[in-house]
Amino acid sequence: MTKWLEENTPKLVLAPSFIAVLIFVYGFIAWTAWVSFTRSRLLPRYDIEGLIQYERLFASPRWDTALNNLFVFGILFIVIAMVLGLVLAILLDQNIRTEGAIRTIYLYPMALSMIVTGTAWKWILNPGLGVEAMVRGWGFENFTFDWLVNPDMAIYTIVIAAIWQSSGFVMALFLAGLRSVDGEIIKAAQVDGIPTWRIYTAIIIPSMAPIFLSAFIVLSHLAIKSFDLVIALTGGGPGYATDLPATYMYAMAFSRGDIGQAASSAMIMMMVVFAIVVPYLYSELRSKDD
Amino acid sequence: MKSVFFGAVSATALIASAVHAEPQAEVLHWWTSGGEAKSVAVLQEEFASKGGTWTDMPVAGGGGDAAMTALRARVLSGNAPTAVQLKGPAIQEWYEEGVLADISSVAEAQGWADVLPASIAGHMKCEGSWCAAPVNVHRVDWIWANADVLEANGIEMPTTWDEFNAAAEKLEAAGVIPLAHGGQAWQDATVFEAVALGILGADGFRKAFVDLDMDTLKSDEMKAVFDQMRTMRGYVDENFSGRDWNLATAMVMNGEAAFQIMGDWAKGEFMAAGKVPGEDFLCASVPGDGFLYNVDSFAMFDVDGDDKQAGQELLAELIVGQNFQKVFNLNKGSIPARTDVSLDEFDSCAHLSAKDMSESSDNGSLLPSYAHGMALRGAQSGAITDVVTAHFNSDMSSEEAVNMLADAVANSM
Repeated sequence: MTKWLEENTPKLVLAPSFIAVLIFVYGFIAWTAWVSFTRSRLLPRYDIEGLIQYERLFASPRWDTALNNLFVFGILFIVIAMVLGLVLAILLDQNIRTEGAIRTIYLYPMALSMIVTGTAWKWILNPGLGVEAMVRGWGFENFTFDWLVNPDMAIYTIVIAAIWQSSGFVMALFLAGLRSVDGEIIKAAQVDGIPTWRIYTAIIIPSMAPIFLSAFIVLSHLAIKSFDLVIALTGGGPGYATDLPATYMYAMAFSRGDIGQAASSAMIMMMVVFAIVVPYLYSELRSKDD
Repeated sequence: MKSVFFGAVSATALIASAVHAEPQAEVLHWWTSGGEAKSVAVLQEEFASKGGTWTDMPVAGGGGDAAMTALRARVLSGNAPTAVQLKGPAIQEWYEEGVLADISSVAEAQGWADVLPASIAGHMKCEGSWCAAPVNVHRVDWIWANADVLEANGIEMPTTWDEFNAAAEKLEAAGVIPLAHGGQAWQDATVFEAVALGILGADGFRKAFVDLDMDTLKSDEMKAVFDQMRTMRGYVDENFSGRDWNLATAMVMNGEAAFQIMGDWAKGEFMAAGKVPGEDFLCASVPGDGFLYNVDSFAMFDVDGDDKQAGQELLAELIVGQNFQKVFNLNKGSIPARTDVSLDEFDSCAHLSAKDMSESSDNGSLLPSYAHGMALRGAQSGAITDVVTAHFNSDMSSEEAVNMLADAVANSM
């Protein structure tokens, strides 16, 4: 008996969460996939009607905007946050005094909820209250910074707020990576008289490849599921210029009673996530087998 | 002796309640803000005084989105509330899911058909039987103005859109913001439908936003509507994006702006600030003939048990009753849905609204508001609003806008 328990305790302990995940994650993914092939409106219906919802989805200019915004926002956010995080990490890595305090200051935005970040930036970027009004108050009457209310630029305000929120976190990741590089190699390079910037570009950064990958995965899923930041900062406006797939899905499911549309947009979002995560998982699993 | 008497009375009451089940009602609504909550409390007290037990289920947030999510969960689990705050075609949409009750017996006993305007009564019926009770009538096509600002600039309340444009130019030259507006999709849609009513006329409006007639949606008149929207965009201050409607109302109140196009809930803001209609602020229907209504109502869901059905009938009776219609609408700024309620205690704007409602009901220009979900189902009205707000917030041409409008409507079917 004890032997049986010993062997099976881990399985028994894991079983409930395994079943829960199976139902509440994969089960509901399957349910959403099913609903996305139906003509569900207010309540879900289960008669398969083919790809009608996907056809409607890709004929909708609003979904077009949402998908474009996702790529603009995702790429800029990931690239800039990573570059900025790396630069901050390298600067902090120079054995400066009060490193701990500075690190905390940069990491602090991560502790705020996206709603707070969005609301604060909404006030900062509002032309009548924030930066524009302040600079004009200094006497520069022609100064204009109206990105928040300009449909062509509004998406970039979301990029700004998201970077402010996340680059400190990326910095912390990279800082840990920098510290984990073997000191002996760096010393050997210094003895050989190699300039510091070369040490970074040729030795330290290449050996941090796994950290880059982790940072990329974390940031890209943050970008794809972004919702609260948009709601707080622009509410999807002006017009629907800053809609993202997540806000589109919310509008369809909860405001418009169009569950089929919401389900099909959710499936597309999931495919985008898979397109990023699956190659990563694949490379991870393969490297373990080696 | 006395106690014996009371004992006998309460015993009869007990017997009576065993035979006629005590009315029970669970009411799902999203009237949670100050004035609205007070209005619901009126109904709640009246219900209790008739011996009913009211279970309140207020769900705040998202302009009813959260309440609808709660409703969906309740209906799917087979445990629907007795009555739900629903309006417009959403009532029929739920009816088609087969979950609404038939309250025709109450409606016929109370003679609803005689006291409600025909087009409003139409919304309360599902395939001929009554399934919902109307609470109020909000008029959407109002134009509000600051009386002092108009007087200082020698401007009369405009009666055509050309007059409005001329007045706006004058105000702009005088350094006043002509139109107070908040850049949220539903507010863009509110202005749009007011303009559309003026330019398309009542018949054109019905064809475009009730029947979704493609020729009307693509017509030159519709282009003219978008042209006027483009012109109005110029009369809005540059800082309008995302502004809430009540802040726009405040701009009119303090003279920063001259006009606002908004439903009569804006009147509540003026009143709350102690302004007097006709003196401090003016109300008029927007240029053009017709009346766009936004009617709140309670849809009755299919429930089991005599006590709940009794509660449902009592509730329906009270909602359309004269007393509640008067008290609730005095609180909310709207007018009663039934036409035989005395309007003595109402203000001049409400009198105008009631007069226009009965006139437009007679000549067929009493129309449902598309922007407030009275004319179309969510998917269609949402598709139109997408185009309206995209046009208003960009430099899209009217030509492009009408084509996009027709495509969006077709795609939402």
